[in-house]
Amino acid sequence: MKKIRILNRLSAFELFICMMIFAMIATLTPVDLSASEEPIGRTMARQAVKREHRWITTDHSKHEELKKNFMSGDEITKACLSCHSEAASQFHKTIHWTWLASEEDFKADFKSTDKADKKSRRYGKAGYSINNFCLSSNNMQDKACLSCHTGWDSINGEVNCLKCHGLTKFNYKEAFDDIKEFASDDDEETKEIMAEIQNDIKKAVGNIGLPDRSHCGECHFKGGGGDGVKHGDLDTSLIKPNRNLDVHMGVDGKNFTCTRCHTTTNHNVAGRIYTNPAVESNKSLLEDDLAPKITCISCHSETPHKTSSKMNDHTDKVACQSCHIPEYARINPTKMGWDWSKAGKRDKDGKPYTVVGDLGKETYLSIKGEMIWEKNVKPQYFWSNGSQTSTTAVDVIDPSTVVKVSHPVGDKNDPNSRIFPFKVHKGNQPYDKVHKTLLGPLLSGEKGYWTTLNWDESLTIGNEMLGLPFSGEFAFVESTYVFPITHMVAPREKALKCIECHTRNDGRLENLTGFYMPGRDKASIVDSFGWLAVLGSLAGVALHGLGRFLTRNGKEK
Amino acid sequence: MSDKKIIKIYLYTKFERFWHWVQALMIITLLITGIEVHGTFNLLGYQWAVAVHSFVGLSWVILFAFFVFWLFTTGEWRQYIPTTKKLFSVMLYYSIGIFQGKPHPVQKSPGAKHNPLQRLTYLALSALLLPVQMFTGLLYYTWNSWNNSAIPILSVIPLTPIALLHTLVSFMLLSFLLVHVYMTTTGHSLFSHISGMITGWEEIYETTQVEDWEVPAGHKR
Repeated sequence: MKKIRILNRLSAFELFICMMIFAMIATLTPVDLSASEEPIGRTMARQAVKREHRWITTDHSKHEELKKNFMSGDEITKACLSCHSEAASQFHKTIHWTWLASEEDFKADFKSTDKADKKSRRYGKAGYSINNFCLSSNNMQDKACLSCHTGWDSINGEVNCLKCHGLTKFNYKEAFDDIKEFASDDDEETKEIMAEIQNDIKKAVGNIGLPDRSHCGECHFKGGGGDGVKHGDLDTSLIKPNRNLDVHMGVDGKNFTCTRCHTTTNHNVAGRIYTNPAVESNKSLLEDDLAPKITCISCHSETPHKTSSKMNDHTDKVACQSCHIPEYARINPTKMGWDWSKAGKRDKDGKPYTVVGDLGKETYLSIKGEMIWEKNVKPQYFWSNGSQTSTTAVDVIDPSTVVKVSHPVGDKNDPNSRIFPFKVHKGNQPYDKVHKTLLGPLLSGEKGYWTTLNWDESLTIGNEMLGLPFSGEFAFVESTYVFPITHMVAPREKALKCIECHTRNDGRLENLTGFYMPGRDKASIVDSFGWLAVLGSLAGVALHGLGRFLTRNGKEK
Repeated sequence: MSDKKIIKIYLYTKFERFWHWVQALMIITLLITGIEVHGTFNLLGYQWAVAVHSFVGLSWVILFAFFVFWLFTTGEWRQYIPTTKKLFSVMLYYSIGIFQGKPHPVQKSPGAKHNPLQRLTYLALSALLLPVQMFTGLLYYTWNSWNNSAIPILSVIPLTPIALLHTLVSFMLLSFLLVHVYMTTTGHSLFSHISGMITGWEEIYETTQVEDWEVPAGHKR
């Protein structure tokens, strides 16, 4: 007994200090207190994209095939195909050509080209897809809408390879129109002009490469009929972004092109297509080096933060985008609402008019209705497994509710679902009161709504073009359309602070319930009981102390 | 009463005092950061609150293991054996006697540093509340590692009961802390218990036989 006591006095203290140091070192590892360590996901991603550029073994300006005088776009394409023999047949199977998507297509890796049964392939602009932006029946003849088609002559003829691979901005249509006009003219001056045009064409045709941001952006930044209308995380500010706007694409940063992540197989570009997710399962390149680099974890891994960081414990439930894209539309505004029911007003001269709002964007157009534009928008968050529902023109809706024209698919109990940020675009659009379907009006052209401001006529013609019945009775229904927010990834110092979600009230995840989130959730019964016990203890000792004070601890003075 | 002489005995070793104050510091830190993580106030910033809470919590678990080892190797665990002997009179003292100036029914001695009420309280604390808190804390901290994993039983435990139990016990620890701090003022003077825990020398009435070797040179009578 005596020995033990002496041991206590002499060495237990020192022993304890040693234990303490040991414990500190041991526990330092799982806690994020060191600032110097490089996060593993960053290191891995840097390694994955170490090579700055893809190297090429050809200079297209030296190819004899491309030095010919071209009389039409189709001729250029034939020249391309004389070497790239499979390019067109590959491309014809992709959604960029067909504008059709279906689950069958996705699973069969786009092997099916059979267009016969269009009804079974209802998703896509050429199918029955409809949105709540520029509603429009397909088969319309609006040149602006068809400008995104990847053929030379809208949907006819050869593929226009230069739309994605031409590195020189050049108006081929104008050039070939001129050539056609001048072809019969033998005048010397005209011939000179012809030679000049041919020369310009040759120069442009010889400048071939892989698509950059402006190629994809030509259509994807301007979807819905204008800059930043649709996506919110894709607009022309991304043609030359700084790294503050997008840490990957920033010209002062990694300067990624779209295809750096949207990797391509047989002209199939990786990415979400209507209801289909971009990837079936999240894999890093370590698990599958030929997997598309379309997800964050492809390069950054499943646990991208510092080894010790609690943030790594989030990645099974929270998508990277949720914290790393704090706001979208950070440079250019994006359209958040479109109310078609307000369209058709005329000014006092009986003419259609336009109102421009604070952000320099049209907030009212007689031909389109009322618009809401916003900048620096906080996303809305939903559970998402990467898929989305899609309501088409053949699906029956419930007009008493807000129609979810598209909506994220996911559930908190699904291990493949993550909390993901979305832009939710609110619409108010025409539907058939009898058939309970969304309607696609004809907008452009002589009989289109934009000319006539006549709903009855434009809806009748539009649905005729779609080959769908229209009862003639229509009204407007509120609707929502979602876009996953996945671009405009901010530098890491701009990522969300914990408190944005881990807060009692008005947190970003306030609407996602059914699970416990520290800082947001509590059980009232536990808290009430707890604080009651604490206050009770305080009151108890205060009373006891007061009693001792009043009785002077029973000592009589 | 006044005829009794107050003497000092060496009651708490360096290790015990150090452990006591380190544990006190850790509990207070954990309470403050824990309540911030709970969402009640904003002090350190959430990320720091979580980091400090995890760090201190894990350190405590490890240190507590050493403490338990110490308890059993030194036999000090016997200080925690519950007894009903004089329990009632201690309770009676704190509810009535203390106001009448009556002496404490149980004197401290190196062999029995805790009175029966303390024994019960500290046993409940060390053997029940703290282990439960550490266990739920560990489950909480590692939840993402085994949730949805292949481990059959663990994979279905939701976070909610773990978090709620952890919160509940923390309230009980806070209540304990308040009462405990108050009780230190019930010694011979307001601060005599606290100074006892700082210096190791506790004042007691000279009724207990104190071994000669228990009194260091400077304090020899």
